[in-house]
Amino acid sequence: MKSKDFISKIGLKLIVAVGIITIVIISAFSYFSIQAQSDVLLSQAEIQANKLSETIKNSTHSSMLQNKREEIHTIINAISQETSIREIRVLNKEGRIMFSSQNDLIGKMVDKQAESCYACHTADKPLERLPINERVRVYKIHPDSSRILGVINPIYNDKSCWNADCHAHPKEQKVLGVLDVKMDLTDVDRQISNSEFRFIIFAIIAIVALSFIIGFFVRKWIGKPVKELVTATNQVSTGNLNYTIKSLGKDELGILAMSFNNMTKKLAEARMQLFQSDKMASLGRLAAGVAHEINNPLTGVLTYSSFLLKRTKGNPEVQEDLQVIVRETKRSREIVKSLLDFARQSVPKKQHADINEIIEQAISVINNQLSLKQIKLEKNLESNLPQVTVDTNQVQQVFINLIVNASDAIGKDGGTIKISSSSISLSSFGTSQIKRAICPKRHDLMDNEIKIDGLPTVKVKINSNGEEGLMNLDPVYGKHRHHFGIEIKKGKSVQVSCPKCNTSLISDDKKCPKCNSTIFSFEIPSQGMFEACTNSDCGWEKWAEEDDAGKKEFVEVKISDNGCGIEKEDLAKIFEPFYSTKGQSGTGLGLAVIWGIIDNHNGTINVDSEIGRGTTFKIRLPI
Amino acid sequence: MSNKRDILIIDDEQVILDAVSKIAESEGFKVDTVLDAKEALLKINQNNYSAILCDIMMPEMDGFQLLDKLNSDHKNIPVIMITGFSTAENAVNSLYKGAVDFIAKPFTFEEIISAIYRAIEYGKIQLKIENDKKGNKESSVIHVPCPPRYKRLGNISWMNLETQGTAVIGVTDMFLRTLHSVNNIEMMESENIVVQGNSCAKFEAENGLIHNCLAPIGGRIIERNEKLLTEPALLEKDPYFKGWIYRIIPSDIGYEMKYLIPCSSDRM
Repeated sequence: MKSKDFISKIGLKLIVAVGIITIVIISAFSYFSIQAQSDVLLSQAEIQANKLSETIKNSTHSSMLQNKREEIHTIINAISQETSIREIRVLNKEGRIMFSSQNDLIGKMVDKQAESCYACHTADKPLERLPINERVRVYKIHPDSSRILGVINPIYNDKSCWNADCHAHPKEQKVLGVLDVKMDLTDVDRQISNSEFRFIIFAIIAIVALSFIIGFFVRKWIGKPVKELVTATNQVSTGNLNYTIKSLGKDELGILAMSFNNMTKKLAEARMQLFQSDKMASLGRLAAGVAHEINNPLTGVLTYSSFLLKRTKGNPEVQEDLQVIVRETKRSREIVKSLLDFARQSVPKKQHADINEIIEQAISVINNQLSLKQIKLEKNLESNLPQVTVDTNQVQQVFINLIVNASDAIGKDGGTIKISSSSISLSSFGTSQIKRAICPKRHDLMDNEIKIDGLPTVKVKINSNGEEGLMNLDPVYGKHRHHFGIEIKKGKSVQVSCPKCNTSLISDDKKCPKCNSTIFSFEIPSQGMFEACTNSDCGWEKWAEEDDAGKKEFVEVKISDNGCGIEKEDLAKIFEPFYSTKGQSGTGLGLAVIWGIIDNHNGTINVDSEIGRGTTFKIRLPI
Repeated sequence: MSNKRDILIIDDEQVILDAVSKIAESEGFKVDTVLDAKEALLKINQNNYSAILCDIMMPEMDGFQLLDKLNSDHKNIPVIMITGFSTAENAVNSLYKGAVDFIAKPFTFEEIISAIYRAIEYGKIQLKIENDKKGNKESSVIHVPCPPRYKRLGNISWMNLETQGTAVIGVTDMFLRTLHSVNNIEMMESENIVVQGNSCAKFEAENGLIHNCLAPIGGRIIERNEKLLTEPALLEKDPYFKGWIYRIIPSDIGYEMKYLIPCSSDRM
């Protein structure tokens, strides 16, 4: 593992920043801590020196009185044997060194400006009393030498002195001399430098340890996710939009990864759509070309066969065959035409027809394909079904497409496709769909942008509690899966109006029969009025025309397979144009076209699917 | 016989020329064929055709250009446009430019024959009107003019916008005249959708031929004139009012109106 990998650049910056902060903190801390320590040590040394000084003064006192100079010398020399004591000396009032642990200095005069005299002799007139804390001085003889602690102890005149036999000191004299003890501070200095060293070591260890910890976590929390993100962006830049970053946790980078995944997903969808629409455009060009090219030979077939049909009136056997040719050529003509109409939403040419016949025709077209794929077809068609008014070609196309889809879902191993037809009657409540809606000024209220369960909704403007917003009504009568743009507070009155011209849709003369709130209404062209309660909790709706029609008769056709099934998330989208699960092998229009055809027939198409179990398409056509 | 006249067929595909010739000849017409429009113009100048069948998509000069040329040369020969690229735009545009009919390929024997008969009949009526005008005679053709507020698709069908946004559509008097009389009408059911330039009703003429009426505008049928089924004569009696065919909710009126000819221009 290279150090470059280990510490990413962010890590290095963090380490430098934290290192600087650590150094500053530790330096400040050590400065004050060492300062405090040295103060303590010094004051201990002072106390020690003061005590020593007092001891010397007291132990030499009697010898002084008796003027036993040799004895004093002995005492001073004995005490100064202690290593930490550098020098002990006694000065008389004039500044002459009377006694000293260093014998060669005895009898010499001391400069009053010198270190030991400074405390008392700074002013012109010498001080007679010196406070204890000012008796101490710390100094160095040379810059390189160790520090010295000096304690001056003035020897005051007292009764015993002026009463002594020698009568050396008159009673008026206040200070007789000075005891100066100089102690070496080498020990203290060594202790302080020792702790300085310890602090430096501690700082270094702390910085190194912090660097490793930061490096480790930066790598774990930043380095790895960033590396993963960089890999992903590289993958995307090379065109792999299917690359997804595996979960990186819930932190900011995790959120970034999630939004990255979302972005690539959206990009992939957009690219797919672009690809699809490109495909559609070329398909359109192809259709135009094919239409033109194929229509000429078809004209030959159709004109000659219809001409022959005319000329062979006396030959019923030939007539029958020719009729097949004419019929099938006409069918080809319709197919080519639908190819051209494809972009313009083909228009159904409705006629009365038997749905079972259409199913049989659809099956006969693809039966060969199915048997090749070893797919068994089970038919369960209810006989004597009422006739439906449909465009047989279009509905046949729907069945063919659905059966082909089913066989694709089954795959190579073979399986079963079940087709059943039956007649059912359903109450309009919960099934009828609002397909057109207009305000009193004939503005279209339908909203194709917001869909509920894949169906365009009815958009109205609502005002409540000072707020204004849009509401999208569930187009299925009685299902109440409305979308509210604003929150509607309980008990607040709601105004409903047209989003385009603001004309109120509230019916002033009527009240909700269920909760007595105000109601609003709009026209469904050629299908009467739709009324609903403004109280969102009540949910009263009335579509009188549909209610009056009573139960509606439908023919229901179910096409089920035991194939691979459809993912739940795909189910909602399969009827959207350009949505294809077959990748680039399908145009993605199949089910959208089917939906359009069924919708044009005022029918409904639903899908149920379970992964691994199969899929069922349910088509209901009104009778 | 008066209907044994010459027909010119223009198409860049030999099979079409052969097929249409065969059909037309079987009905006793004298047929001339030509593979491109430029040559066709030469032939038109040399001969006196009673009808022309012309393909739209052809190399060098297409059917629309030929139609424009005939218009600018004041050749009053009825032209039937035929095309394999049978979009509504093509159909409507053909009629706007003065063609009498539009047939999408592939067509059946009956479709082409009825169109040819109708075109020839149209030419005859036009000639009569012109001759009457020249001789300053009282017109021998009693022609019911289209009301000025109406708009028509070629000489085939008309539409009239009603105040509540719906539109009524029907066939022109000229169309009915080319049929002589209508024996039977086949109409679409309500709730179906009609497409501009596509067939919206079938008229059986007295000679048994079935003629398609091309819709002047597209939309959803909300009502149809049921009376016509029992009393087709109503059409001829009052083609612009009582003889209406469908009431529809137009789907794209703004776009489709520009291909319609205002009937007010007929009086100028």
